[in-house]
Amino acid sequence: MRKIVIDPVTRIEGHLKVEAIVDDGKVKEAKSSGTMFRGIELILRGRDPRDAAVITQRICGVCPTSHSTASNLCLDSAFGLGGSIPDNGRIIRNLILGAAHVSDHILHFYHLAALDYVDVTKVATYEGNNATLNSVKDFIQRGELGPFVPRYEGDYRLPAAVDQELVVHYVDALRMRRKAQEMCAIFAGKMPHNMTIVPGGVTEIPTIDKIASFLWRLNELRTFIDNVYIADVIAAAGAYSDYFEIGAGCRHLLSYGNYDLDGKEADLTKRNRLFKQGTVSPDFKLGHLDVNAITEEVKHSWYEDSTTGRKPLNGDTVPKDDKAGAYSWIKAPRYNGQVYEVGPLARLVTTYLSGDPKVKALVDPALAKFKAKPDVLFSVLGRHLARALCCKIIADEMPGWLLQLKPGEPVYQPYQIPEEATGMGLVDGARGALGHWIEIKNKKIANYQCVVPGTWNMSPRDDKGQPGPLEQALTGTKIKDADNPFEIVRIIRSFDPCIACAVHVITPKGRTLSEFQVE
Amino acid sequence: MANRKSQEYPVIWLQTATCTGCSVSVLNTVSPNIKTVLVDEVIPSKHVNLVFQATVMAGAGELVIHAMEDTWHKKKGGYVLVVEGAIPTLGKGQYGSIGEDKDGKPIAIASRVEAMGRDALAVIALGTCASFGGIPAAQPNPTKCVSVAQLFKSKNVATPLINLPGCPPHPDWFVSTVASVLIGGLPKASDLDELLRPKAFYGHLIHENCPRRAYYDEQKFAKKLSDPGCLYELGCKGPVTHADCATRMWNHGTNWCVASGGMCIGCASEGFPDWVSPLYQKTADVKLPNIAQKVV
Repeated sequence: MRKIVIDPVTRIEGHLKVEAIVDDGKVKEAKSSGTMFRGIELILRGRDPRDAAVITQRICGVCPTSHSTASNLCLDSAFGLGGSIPDNGRIIRNLILGAAHVSDHILHFYHLAALDYVDVTKVATYEGNNATLNSVKDFIQRGELGPFVPRYEGDYRLPAAVDQELVVHYVDALRMRRKAQEMCAIFAGKMPHNMTIVPGGVTEIPTIDKIASFLWRLNELRTFIDNVYIADVIAAAGAYSDYFEIGAGCRHLLSYGNYDLDGKEADLTKRNRLFKQGTVSPDFKLGHLDVNAITEEVKHSWYEDSTTGRKPLNGDTVPKDDKAGAYSWIKAPRYNGQVYEVGPLARLVTTYLSGDPKVKALVDPALAKFKAKPDVLFSVLGRHLARALCCKIIADEMPGWLLQLKPGEPVYQPYQIPEEATGMGLVDGARGALGHWIEIKNKKIANYQCVVPGTWNMSPRDDKGQPGPLEQALTGTKIKDADNPFEIVRIIRSFDPCIACAVHVITPKGRTLSEFQVE
Repeated sequence: MANRKSQEYPVIWLQTATCTGCSVSVLNTVSPNIKTVLVDEVIPSKHVNLVFQATVMAGAGELVIHAMEDTWHKKKGGYVLVVEGAIPTLGKGQYGSIGEDKDGKPIAIASRVEAMGRDALAVIALGTCASFGGIPAAQPNPTKCVSVAQLFKSKNVATPLINLPGCPPHPDWFVSTVASVLIGGLPKASDLDELLRPKAFYGHLIHENCPRRAYYDEQKFAKKLSDPGCLYELGCKGPVTHADCATRMWNHGTNWCVASGGMCIGCASEGFPDWVSPLYQKTADVKLPNIAQKVV
């Protein structure tokens, strides 16, 4: 029996610690712990509600756009603007979110995940005229290899030529993700932390030069996604095909969907979205999303036990940093008491099962390529493949949206801040289902709650002792070399953990919000 | 072609109470691009050796903590420490830690920044949180966050400190500061202002070079968001914020906050977010420089 502790888990967002008890070469038990706490929601209380969208973006600098979108949907609903965002505003919001997701997915595969599969040091043997590879070779020969070494050693399976190609793509992808951030900034003002998505729409107006500038960057990105990103995921999957059978997890999926396709429906659970809302069971049955089925449990988190099992609408969070049996700042969100995974896999499968023909036309051949049944999607490689396909789907959709923009027409609907109101914002961020809830009193924030993707996926055990999705995905995994536990970090990173997001929460002591209602 | 005489500058980059936005912003650097920063001699015969940076580094766990501590011990006085995020001072590491001591107890972020800051050649406080406390230190400051400067003052750490505020900071501000240290050594006292910011980037108010300044001078104020006109009446903090965004622009010059109609929220200010809140309300009773008289 041996305990493997990985602290910090790097190439993720935020502070995560993972412990695995390995017995007879297999993970017997795993624990995922969020180890950083800031308390963004307490900071929000008493502030002007409009400031929520600026401040909640700072929960996470990797996915600020997702928070900005959720927060503004939440404020829209609190301000009674849900069904009256001008089309230009709705479309520009979609383009900002879409550009950010393209950037995020490329960043994740190449810069956060790929170094678990690609051996940069194999470039030392390169002979040829590729400028990137020659500069990396120089770097290796100089001998100071930070930040690429130290690392786990051993299980790098790609032939040197493929490795070298992937190193070139790693470098290309740095430029491509930057270009996606630039594309985002065209309508978002800047990245990270956009300045243009506001309650009522956006502040940036569409002009023909901005549309063209976005489109030309998008064309380059689509070429990269189609010819490089997806091809590299498939190449990696070929060499590491056992990872279709590693890291399955809880096999329950949940998606809020994203990208509103029309602007008239105020109810966030009924919107027509590009990626669909819903739940998926282990036997691939699609379920209707019921927001009231969501609760957060805290038996194993550093919060007062009296606050457990509440809906986010009337949630309460009282930190207790010395609680016995607790091991994380992350709470355990559950859906009907069950463990659910969120993320690109969830929204892809939800949309597939909703019968979207374009998604079906992408997923079926991808599975056929590996002679695989849909069940293999519940895996490390399944998550990477789903993320790449989500990236392609959104990138392919954006040119059409750009052409729907109408220069000269409004982007923004003015409003009054209500004395008292409640609101809810639901959207799938790059990493999965993201919900914001607000209560306004005296035109100020009385309470603000976020339930974020990292909370779902990296959650600790719940009150019944059920481990979270990541913990389940790790349990039972065979570890070939406990000194270089590749399996563990590959499983962790397949979820694209975002821990600063997961641990942002605190509401004041003793506060009850049982009167909190969402329209 | 390998140049083995390259001078190595080890850099340890600690992420503390942060959102990682500063790292993402630095990844967006255009010239030099981030690959050049990480791999090449970014200045001839000089190479930045990024020993520890949790967002990009290959290794994880003990392995990387050892690499970090190895540099700390062996390169005393020779490495640059970058701090991204505010420093929680509540508790003994429960609210944020980096690695463990020999008894397996988490080492609090504040102890790490103090100890490794003391032995560094110089410290760069990257972003508003590290420079001034920022969002995690906003009222009611749940984890008693402080800036690097506040921590150093309370612990008598005298290592040269450069503040690069901004939420996030512009990538140019960071790479240019690093380049200036590589080329000319540590900044002279006269290169920094009283808040330890390089005057080169923070020497002027946004308002001084704002493309919407003419509207301000003519008192043409936007009535609602998305309108043309000066955004001052809607809450723009350009008149009280020191940074060069108006001339430098963001994300490869594509846009910036005021140009996008989103206004300046003062994210590089010492008092962000509390002193500039509510963000979407006109700044109250500040003395504005160079206000033009209304033309009669």
